[in-house]
Amino acid sequence: MNVVTLVFLGKLADLAGESVREVPAPLDWNGLLTLCEEPLAIEIASERVKLALDGELLADKTALVAPAGSEVALLPPVSGG
Amino acid sequence: MSVTVQLFETAFPPAALVGPFTRAHPGFGGVCTFVGEVRGENDVEALELTHYERMTLPGMERLAALAEQRFDLMGLLIVHRTGVMLPGEPVVLVSACARHRRGAIDAVDFCMDHLKAKSWFWKREKRAGEWHWIEPRAEDHAALARWE
Repeated sequence: MNVVTLVFLGKLADLAGESVREVPAPLDWNGLLTLCEEPLAIEIASERVKLALDGELLADKTALVAPAGSEVALLPPVSGG
Repeated sequence: MSVTVQLFETAFPPAALVGPFTRAHPGFGGVCTFVGEVRGENDVEALELTHYERMTLPGMERLAALAEQRFDLMGLLIVHRTGVMLPGEPVVLVSACARHRRGAIDAVDFCMDHLKAKSWFWKREKRAGEWHWIEPRAEDHAALARWE
């Protein structure tokens, strides 16, 4: 399984046009930005969007190193309750 | 002390959950329950909440553990809907049993502020047939700051 699964949450799924996308592994921060279309990449790079690797929030998203078989969630600001 | 945290994908009946919850804690001094529903205003036709399976429920469980540490509780119930809801349908339920009034009321207030501003949910509203994402509100973050 030489892929990383990207999960787009909230309005990022609208921007991506899908909620799940498989991309080649391994994946780092620059790789992620390069893979995403421009409006999506700009949003992901903004301070508002957080990343989680296999369910764990990354304190520094630019330090992303996602190995094969892992899942990267792209989390825009929440609005629950 | 019992903690129950649940996510429902279909409509849940608040009274049918709160009844057994309170009966499971005989001898409590007070129970406080908050139920949030989809508001029927601004021509809202429907509300959709999406979540992230891997983080949403674990995050709610951590919130419940924080409330348990912070307040003198006998029981805590947190229930949240996901999916598409219509005006009048329950979205969230928090109920706390405690020996004293203040613990129960404050625990519910604390959990609601955190659910609104910190939990992994994304909300959109359908108005005039179009879906609109709901942006986080500054007052939700101000409400959260009260607990710091």
